[in-house]
Amino acid sequence: MTFLESIGRSTVEKVEYIGGLAIQFWRGLVSSWRINPFTGSRLRWKTTVRQMAVIGVQALPVVCLISGATGLIMALQGGAELRKFGAMGVVINLVGTSMTRELGPLMAAIVVIGRSGSSISAEIGAMTVTEEIDALRTMALDPVEFVLVPKYIAMMAMMPCLTVAAVFSGILAGGIFTYYTLDMTLSVYLQRTAEILMMRDIVSSMAKAVAFGTIIVHVGCFEGFTVTGGPEGVGRSTTNAVVKSIFLVVLADLLFTAFFYFFWR
Amino acid sequence: MTPNLQTRGGNGADSRALPHLLGNEPIIAVRGLEVAYGNRYVLRGVDLDVYPGETMVILGASGSGKSTLLRHIEGLGKPSSGTIMVKGVDICSASRKELKNVRRAMGVSFQSAAMFNSMTVGDNVALPLREHTNLAESTIRLMTKMKLQQVGLSGVEDLYPSQLSGGMRKRASVARALAMDPEILLFDEPSAGLDPIIAAGIDELILHLKKAFKMTIVIVTHEMQSAFLIADRMCMLYQGEILAVGTVDEIRNHRHPHIRRFVDRAANRFDKSDHSYLTGFES
Repeated sequence: MTFLESIGRSTVEKVEYIGGLAIQFWRGLVSSWRINPFTGSRLRWKTTVRQMAVIGVQALPVVCLISGATGLIMALQGGAELRKFGAMGVVINLVGTSMTRELGPLMAAIVVIGRSGSSISAEIGAMTVTEEIDALRTMALDPVEFVLVPKYIAMMAMMPCLTVAAVFSGILAGGIFTYYTLDMTLSVYLQRTAEILMMRDIVSSMAKAVAFGTIIVHVGCFEGFTVTGGPEGVGRSTTNAVVKSIFLVVLADLLFTAFFYFFWR
Repeated sequence: MTPNLQTRGGNGADSRALPHLLGNEPIIAVRGLEVAYGNRYVLRGVDLDVYPGETMVILGASGSGKSTLLRHIEGLGKPSSGTIMVKGVDICSASRKELKNVRRAMGVSFQSAAMFNSMTVGDNVALPLREHTNLAESTIRLMTKMKLQQVGLSGVEDLYPSQLSGGMRKRASVARALAMDPEILLFDEPSAGLDPIIAAGIDELILHLKKAFKMTIVIVTHEMQSAFLIADRMCMLYQGEILAVGTVDEIRNHRHPHIRRFVDRAANRFDKSDHSYLTGFES
């Protein structure tokens, strides 16, 4: 009986969590529409641009480095197997498509979760604990509008950019591999890659970037807003934000990949 | 609806408004407020009236539900039942727009000051003005300076909250609460965590605001000394219920044993059932 009870309770909790996220997402959309930074006040414009720098620009070196390494790993691993069949040229396909469709958005997302997802939830969690969020509400300011929306808009602008950077540096690293093993110049390599990539690859890449960015901001903010129990709670919510973001990002990745596999060939 | 001013559970305390306030409609009217977390009741049917221009002090031991009551008056909680009318609007069922209007008439000073640490003190105070008015930046600057001077702070506009002392931060948070010239000012534990001298300074500040602006002030505290100094009327919360409402003298001379212990600062040695209500109905 207690076993069933615990299953029931955790199911209710999960459904509640998803419901809370959905409500927050909707309120975020409505607020973004109402106070987009182009017509909103100067104050939020400034916050949004600052967030763009923190979320996007500062993450650029790490994203490029990690994606470059991933691209090189893909080329080396693929090359080791394909060499047996004398099909080294396929490495270009392998690196190009896997980076664009899959690894570029995923690597960018993982770096952003580590850098921004955790800091978003810690920042908002600290604001919740010190009653700053309550203070906003008593001043008739919507915390979602005031805290979440600038981060969300910044994320929506920066995540696709980071994904493009990740994809490009991964492909570039593959080019270094082919330069030394196939004696292929970089321009020929990039031309081949461009021939291989299709519109659906680019679209799926960008769709994933937008979806991942949405998940990271909303999970981070939701964890922050729902902190209970002081500094300890802030730590717990930061951990939760990272773990849940990674889980949901991978889940979304799977859904997108399945969708593009079945419906857009 | 005639407000039910009689107390519950007390021994017939006189809870009428002060003579000069009689005949006014209460600006805050709490009716049958019940708040429960799970099956744990924090407030059990609270009725309270606050009249325009008076200073009401809500007294109570830790865990008596006084902070919860204030949170609900601020519109930050969802009660299980009951209504809270502020300026004639039930803030539990108010629309977004109504709630916004009521909140603009309310200034809140939080226990932890709740200054935004990422902004300067000046920006903190200016925030409601920037968000809710179309005033020119130079006007906002001037008003910010004025509000900070009113609470006895000047030249701190460009400092960050973390660079201020606890007492100064508290004052700055009062300045922010005053920014929109509210009719109602709510204080949660104004002297918590401050040394007696600075706490006395905050008391003086509250008295000054009361005299200068004729605001309605609601203060939650357990500091008897400052409560007796500031209050027009006080109410005593005990185990989620209002024990008595009355003027300072009425509370000071009240016969209820719990109020006596509170006023005389006597320890509670024998009554172990004080917090038993928190565990639910069974006990």
